[in-house]
Amino acid sequence: MADLVIRGGRVLDPGGERTADVRVHDGVVVEVGEHLTGDATLDASGCLVAPGLVDVHVHLREPGMEEAETVETGARAAALGGYTAVVAMPNTTPPLDDPTVVAAVLAAGARAACEVVSSGTITRGRAGEELAPMGELHALGVRMFTDDGDCVADAGVMRRALEYARALPGAVISQHAEDPALVAGGAMHEGEWSSRLGIPGRPAVAEEVVVARDVILARATGARLHFQHISTAGAVELVRAAKAAGARVTAEACPHHFTLTDACCATFDPVFKVNPPLRADADLAAIKAGLADGTIDVIATDHAPHPTAAKERPFEEAPSGMLGLETALALVWEELVRPGVLTPLAAFAACSWKPAAIAGLAHHGVPVAPGAVANLCVFDPEHRWEVAPDRLASKARNTPFAGRALTGKVRHTLLRGDVVVRDGEAQR
Amino acid sequence: MKHLLSVGDLDRSAIEQLLELATSFREVTRREIPKVPALRGKVVVSLFYEDSTRTRISFETAAKRLSCDVMGFSVASSSVTKGESLRDTVQTIEAMGIDAVVMRHSAAGAPHRVAGWIDASVVNAGDGCHEHPTQALLDLLTLRHRIGPGIDGARIAIVGDILHSRVARSGAHAFAALGADVTLVAPPTMLPSTVAGWPVTVSHDLDAVLGDLDVVYLLRIQRERQRETRFPSLREYTARYGLTVERAARLRPEALIMHPGPMNRGVEIAAEVAEGPASLITEQVENGVAMRMAVLYELLGAGGGHG
Repeated sequence: MADLVIRGGRVLDPGGERTADVRVHDGVVVEVGEHLTGDATLDASGCLVAPGLVDVHVHLREPGMEEAETVETGARAAALGGYTAVVAMPNTTPPLDDPTVVAAVLAAGARAACEVVSSGTITRGRAGEELAPMGELHALGVRMFTDDGDCVADAGVMRRALEYARALPGAVISQHAEDPALVAGGAMHEGEWSSRLGIPGRPAVAEEVVVARDVILARATGARLHFQHISTAGAVELVRAAKAAGARVTAEACPHHFTLTDACCATFDPVFKVNPPLRADADLAAIKAGLADGTIDVIATDHAPHPTAAKERPFEEAPSGMLGLETALALVWEELVRPGVLTPLAAFAACSWKPAAIAGLAHHGVPVAPGAVANLCVFDPEHRWEVAPDRLASKARNTPFAGRALTGKVRHTLLRGDVVVRDGEAQR
Repeated sequence: MKHLLSVGDLDRSAIEQLLELATSFREVTRREIPKVPALRGKVVVSLFYEDSTRTRISFETAAKRLSCDVMGFSVASSSVTKGESLRDTVQTIEAMGIDAVVMRHSAAGAPHRVAGWIDASVVNAGDGCHEHPTQALLDLLTLRHRIGPGIDGARIAIVGDILHSRVARSGAHAFAALGADVTLVAPPTMLPSTVAGWPVTVSHDLDAVLGDLDVVYLLRIQRERQRETRFPSLREYTARYGLTVERAARLRPEALIMHPGPMNRGVEIAAEVAEGPASLITEQVENGVAMRMAVLYELLGAGGGHG
């Protein structure tokens, strides 16, 4: 097999940043150094060459909603965004609460443009009542357990899930923290804008009471707990205090929560409808502060495709969720790196090696060094482009960033040494 | 003016202009043959996703008195859940050749979405808990004919389930735009979590504000809110926030009473009070037709609409 040299970039990995070329052979990094030559080259001039990104929170919609996305199209969108691994959420039809369904998703992902990892549900049917066969799912490689889309609302069920997971090495319970009794039909953040617009509100306290409760349960059980898409200032503060007290908790934040606020909902366009909802200015600032001080460990997209017709409804009636995979890294750069909230190193940590560690992925987010599996992302921070929904690789079009000019784009993505994105074009 | 979606789209002079126009149409509605050919040939569709006999008949009467052709489209809300998107529905209707859609929907912002999808004018006839702009305008018209052209400084309390009330959202802004001093009166469970950006003050105590008011505007209480734990019982609601005969007796002698209908007699308003001399409730209904004629004329008549 021929040698491939990624030439002219700056390598950025957990060890820091340096100018170097990277030689890949047979799916593995074989040499990192200056002035390398090979049979083929990939131009990385002006680019960062980093471990591929890892997204612990994507909705690939397969099985059951293939008109919105499939494993194949979602993985292609992920690769274009620089991701080499994604964790598929379990709110499919049927849900990922059964080994046969999980095995089918993994099989569909085998030839995809990025590694597709399956989550498993915490409870059967995501009903929040009985535990799913977590051990059987764990045997298939599942490490992240979540009822995402819904919160595990019952404290007794949550306690048992956390306890049971302690027997499964590497398992982490991931909570969509929003108390359904407090959400009570809300469709946007409860605050000044919901008050004006007459749209029922989802209050910040709906998120915060679950975070507070689950921190207590995590400490009591000693289990690993991950909070998905933290979105309020109060939740950030609760996680910060929990970590200071020694709880084994991690948290993620989504690009839309550090980029957009509830004021967007004044258009009544449900492309801005998402759970948890877009929050207020102070929450957005708290998310950035939480990322800056490491309270929030990782950035995840909560990529949530929906068919166009489903969003051509009134705000309250439309489904929640927005696309994220193809815009995430550019938004990280624009909103966090350029303004100095995160260093480039901290940004890649939050998008690559920290999420790889949470998801238990040994071959992603590792140093770019000889012997490493060549799961790599080559990112041009100066590339200017405009988000055009009909040019996205995702099957769906529900990006809240349509028409927005962004600076920063993935030029190449390598999956196990294969160039799956070349010059911004998907190869699979 | 192309659409009427929200009171916030109108400044004071636009509101006053509409009230002037409505005043002249009031005269038309009192003629022996209450009809003018002002909008002959124009097609108005009433598209009601939510039942509302009163508002629908008021709009259709207004359109007919302007010589419009009126098409009623009954859309069972189930057609939405059957998969046809709102966009498909309204684009189908528009293809039949129409000039305006008068729209009622149970979801906030539905008319705003429709206005972005079609070329015809859109009139918001009530969208979820958001707005009901023609109700606010007809209320202003009613007040104007009772207390004179200016309501500057008038003290108006809107009492009831403010949180879920499109009448309150439109009314508070419209009354304040013409200079009234607006107070919202409700238990905390029936108010938005914040009223930042609303031109109002808030009270939880009707008795504390009652004696200073020029106008008491009562909102319909919906019984299902009791199951949502918004209030303990209708009896307790009436005891604390109802305009009972005893409370009405403590109003200033010239104070007026309004209600958008339909009323729950004996709950938010005593029957004797609703029918008493201070009540403007019948006039509100009467003025609805003239006000909606003015809105349609403004949107579709000379100088309005598609210019």
